[in-house]
Amino acid sequence: MSNQNEYYSGVDLGFTLNNSEVFVTNVQPAERLSESLRERLLVRDVKVGCNAGDCGACSVIIDGEIVCACLTPTLQVEGKSILTAQGIVNDTQLGRRLAGSFQKHGASQCGICTPGMVVSAYRLLKTEKDPTVEMVSDYLGGVLCRCTGYQKIIDGVLGVNGSDPETRNQISGFPTIGESARHLDGNDKVTGLMKYGDDVAPPYTLMVKVIRSPYNRAAFHFGDLDGFVEDNPEVEAILTHGDIPGINNFGIFPGFIDQPVFAVEEARFKGEAVAAIVGFPEFINSFLEEEFPITWTELPSVLEMEDAEKEGIHQVLPGRDRNVLCGGFVKRGDFQKGLQNSECVSEGEFTTSFVEHAYIEPEAGYSFMDGDQLVIQACTQSTFMDKESLQEILNLDHSQIRVVPTAVGGAFGSKLDLSVQPYLALATMKTGQPARLAYTRRESFLSTTKRHPAKLSIKVGVNDEGLIQGIHFQGKFNTGAFSSWGPAVISRVPIHATGPYFVPNYLAETKAILTNSSPSGAFRGFGVPQATAALETLLDDLAQKIGMDPLEFRIKNALDDGLPNGCGQIFESGVGIKPCLEALRPYWTEEKKRVREFNAAHKNHHLVRGVGVASGWYGCGNTALSNPSTIKAGIKSDGTVFLHQGAIDIGQGSNTVIPQIFGEALGMEKVPFELIYADTDLTPDAGKTSGSRQTFVSGNAARLCGMALKQQITRQLNVSEDSSLKIEGTIVSAAEEPNESTLDLATLPSDGDGFVFKAMETYDPPTITLDENGQGEPYAQYGYTAQLAVVEVDQKLGKVRVVRVVAAHDVGKAINPMLIEGQVHGGVVQGLGMALMEEFIPGKTDNLHDYLIPTIGDIPEINTIIVEVPDPSGPFGAKGLGEHVLIPTPPAILNGIFDATGVQIRKLPASPDRVLKALVDSENDL
Amino acid sequence: MVHIFPENLSSALASMEIPAKVIAGCTDFYPSLENGHVPDRIVDVSKVDEMVGITKTTPGWRIGGSTTWTKIIDYPFPPAFDGLKAAAREVGSIQIQNTGTIAGNICNASPAADGIPPLLTLDAMVEVQSADSTRLVNVEDFVLGPRKVDLGTNELVTAIWVPETRNNTTSSFLKLGSRKYLVISIAMVAVTLSISPQGLIEFLNIAVGSCSPVARRMPVLEKKLTGLRAEDLLDDIRIEVGDLTGLTPITDIRGTSEYRQSAVRELCQSTIRDAIVKSLEIT
Ligand SMILES: Cc1cc2nc3c(=O)[nH]c(=O)nc-3n(C[C@H](O)[C@H](O)[C@H](O)COP(=O)(O)OP(=O)(O)OC[C@H]3O[C@@H](n4cnc5c(N)ncnc54)[C@H](O)[C@@H]3O)c2cc1C
Ligand code: FES
Ligand code: FES
Repeated sequence: MSNQNEYYSGVDLGFTLNNSEVFVTNVQPAERLSESLRERLLVRDVKVGCNAGDCGACSVIIDGEIVCACLTPTLQVEGKSILTAQGIVNDTQLGRRLAGSFQKHGASQCGICTPGMVVSAYRLLKTEKDPTVEMVSDYLGGVLCRCTGYQKIIDGVLGVNGSDPETRNQISGFPTIGESARHLDGNDKVTGLMKYGDDVAPPYTLMVKVIRSPYNRAAFHFGDLDGFVEDNPEVEAILTHGDIPGINNFGIFPGFIDQPVFAVEEARFKGEAVAAIVGFPEFINSFLEEEFPITWTELPSVLEMEDAEKEGIHQVLPGRDRNVLCGGFVKRGDFQKGLQNSECVSEGEFTTSFVEHAYIEPEAGYSFMDGDQLVIQACTQSTFMDKESLQEILNLDHSQIRVVPTAVGGAFGSKLDLSVQPYLALATMKTGQPARLAYTRRESFLSTTKRHPAKLSIKVGVNDEGLIQGIHFQGKFNTGAFSSWGPAVISRVPIHATGPYFVPNYLAETKAILTNSSPSGAFRGFGVPQATAALETLLDDLAQKIGMDPLEFRIKNALDDGLPNGCGQIFESGVGIKPCLEALRPYWTEEKKRVREFNAAHKNHHLVRGVGVASGWYGCGNTALSNPSTIKAGIKSDGTVFLHQGAIDIGQGSNTVIPQIFGEALGMEKVPFELIYADTDLTPDAGKTSGSRQTFVSGNAARLCGMALKQQITRQLNVSEDSSLKIEGTIVSAAEEPNESTLDLATLPSDGDGFVFKAMETYDPPTITLDENGQGEPYAQYGYTAQLAVVEVDQKLGKVRVVRVVAAHDVGKAINPMLIEGQVHGGVVQGLGMALMEEFIPGKTDNLHDYLIPTIGDIPEINTIIVEVPDPSGPFGAKGLGEHVLIPTPPAILNGIFDATGVQIRKLPASPDRVLKALVDSENDL
Repeated sequence: MVHIFPENLSSALASMEIPAKVIAGCTDFYPSLENGHVPDRIVDVSKVDEMVGITKTTPGWRIGGSTTWTKIIDYPFPPAFDGLKAAAREVGSIQIQNTGTIAGNICNASPAADGIPPLLTLDAMVEVQSADSTRLVNVEDFVLGPRKVDLGTNELVTAIWVPETRNNTTSSFLKLGSRKYLVISIAMVAVTLSISPQGLIEFLNIAVGSCSPVARRMPVLEKKLTGLRAEDLLDDIRIEVGDLTGLTPITDIRGTSEYRQSAVRELCQSTIRDAIVKSLEIT
């Protein structure tokens, strides 16, 4: 390079990439290094989560320092040396040990943040052999993780010296139950090889760009679309509702399939899709939306629930009177009598905000034709639901579509709904070409679902012994412009709003209200976290009024075996809330004391501490609906077991837990096995990954499948069904009596799949439909939890710091304690975000710069207490966990604030300004 | 489209004779691109020799405009720069500090730019050059409003000058944000001060950011506290509303106006106290 280079479009330059010289041609001005690495050099371990410096997923090392590749012009790196996660892990001993340590400590869940974490950690460890936690935080502070709660990442970095290098060993034998086995699919994650939604398309694939409404509500009409295609040779096609061969709607529940793939005439929320362009990358990447031939006419919109319900306001969706989408109801006893008979009654209003899932991977995917079959590869929580919806939209039969999930870079409920899939499918069908689409961060924020904002009002009464006599709960949930999972929230909440307590008199009413906002849908807990925040903070208010210790008050009222819940459902065994609360007792006493000491030492100081507790429960599986899972497995003549495991692993670990359960049921020591992961052509339907159902429901299917396979073998061997089996080469025998009878698999005939033995089993949790009063058996199983939070409030600045969380979880039987801890950490930190900082405001906080999620520096110490009260219907007694983990966290934190300051915060998030205002207001009230 | 990559000052200034978009660390540039045009003409000043690095000269320090936050953190400045260093450590994340530059921060002119309050308390000046002129402007006068600076189309910010500081000057910077890393300030306060051998505040500079369109010095408060016994201030710093003149905090996603109003008082107290403690430690 000379002193001054004028680069016109298209520059050729060289640099060192992972210790090899590379040369790229035709680099554009302002081309981002992330783009060059991913698309020109296929270094796809550099992830793009935001394209704005906010997530750190694209972190690379340039000449020894970490930077965001998305903020680096490729032209700036000429002659420099770049290291990415792959290079670090492949080429350095330290990198391999770091990868091994991440695996050992469960530091990678969905894994999308892992390359950025590995890069940052490597940089730190290069200069600090023995870093402190603080140093780790500082160095990893620029990389966001939404899954792990960071603790295990810190452990992974600190544990590097005691860890073996990661190797891709064939794992022999299924990990057993109770073993803290590493993620079986973790190797690809920690080495940067895992392919997520935007990692599968080859470079130069046609791209899809969705055109979206810039208004909360608008009429629109298209200009000359054909002319636009003609004028722009790089555009292959335009897609609108007219291109949809089937039904232009998707959704979840019959009667609520109301979200158009492309809006027709009217757009109902800011970000709704109206059309899409399919074109070559250069065109799509530089396309400006205002150049699309469309005219918008903004229409009056309604964003608040109060307004939406007013008479005379427009219907957000036709036919929904006063914008009420649906209602939910559970009634037991006579709540009014219960409240009348109460010695003390507390009531309160509670408000929560839109919460964004904020997974680090925006929705993305790839589509192509394989002969006559359309193949969709995208990040999803449910392959079969995607497939069924696409069949309807595309008017194809089931053999004409194949859905193959990519790895999912975080989901938490939002990737249950369709996002990129129909646009990809239509693009490929119309052009005959492969197509790709990755949402921008803003698109992901605007167009995909959120947690429902809620307005809750609740009344609880207790008698003079502190026993709950009655609860009246009313909740309105802003479901946005379309139904999505709104009906699920509306039916789940009234079932759960008693909390895990015995409530003889109960009335809960819920309503979903349509507004011109992004649709609200499924988000870890389906409305239960909001309801729990209201109930549990009110319980503390009551406990204080009647002078009872909050923990003992909860223990006294806890639900138990043999007691009916709000739906009148009684479990003879397995109700684990009391053991959870009791497990907290020693911590509670200890923390109460510590808080007293801290506050005494800080008298007249602006920092005060408090400790709060809250409980939670959650029904696993669909609400009073069939939700079967099927698992298939077989043994080939060479002695390898193949497990067709279709339960989507979104980082929670079904690819590990399902094999553990299956292996235990199969009872064959050290058998070599291979996992066949979800693919609608290869694995049977294991249902969706939601409702904390995979360990319970798919786990049961895996157990049944393992047992069935074993039964076939034991029968052939003519040994008892309980015998454990042994395999050596192709010879199977009973472990206890190896010489009694043996079977040579190589001699057996195999079927079309190549299996000599095969089994396929289904489990569908038994439920009983709810009657007109909401009485019945909505779930076959519940999981229970109680958490304690120690918080520190800065009374001058309104800032709240969570110091410690102790989380007791009844998981029935801990299949994999390390993964349980990972879920707990991640859930607690998500709950912390919901409690203190997260608020999506359409048009304002639609990026990761302004929408804040916790960073590595915001996490408390978290202690997980695993409680095991076996569930009679769970596989080996196991219960679901994925959603339970965040349910009690927000109220535990709010109750901690209450304990510290005497002030109840009733609007989430408890941001510094809200907390300070509440403190000032309460002082003024005195 | 042109991307120009000058490596020395004269060619950089020459290339500015035709209007261009200047880029350096690009940490503000790329996020502002999201739905926009890539500018036709880009002048990349990240490698201009004379604009990178820090030098101590007789009238003070010259910090090249393209100097990154990391370089500022690593430089052996005297304690008077602790506030600037603390601000540098609070800019985004290490990734951002490794590329983001001081001139970029000033020229981007965000009301929440963390670099500006410490520079105000250091009485820093901006060196602005074009092919045929060089001028020095006070930071105060250079930043005119949100996204608005006193910069001609042919000019570059080539350096920041910080005048000589007294040996006993200490400084401090506190930022209020809703999370630990990667967070834009709700409010921030920078302070430099020195304490006389008699224990009195000799001079005190206070600047507040994120509470007005441009970060501002607080002359009334500075005057009120100057001459007081430093140790007394450790227990009690009275700050009345009238002491914080010119603040017009707005309500936005990060906090309400009332909140900023009261938080900034607390923040001022803590930052002053912090600087006093440091000062008492070195004497
Ligand atoms: C994730 C993230 C977090 C951030 N956090 C913070 C934070 O906590 N606090 C904070 O203050 N900022 C923050 N920023 C903003 C940004 O990093 C800083 O303002 C940084 O100092 C900008 O420097 P730069 O070199 O990257 O600027 P660039 O993006 O290169 O340029 C910024 C602007 O300055 C102009 N410019 C740059 N150099 C010159 C020059 N020499 N002469 C004339 N004009 C010039 C450019 O034309 C442009 O308009 C953050 C940014 C990101 C992406
Ligand atoms: S993609 Fe670069 S920081 Fe998010
Ligand atoms: S594991 Fe970190 S984002 Fe999923």
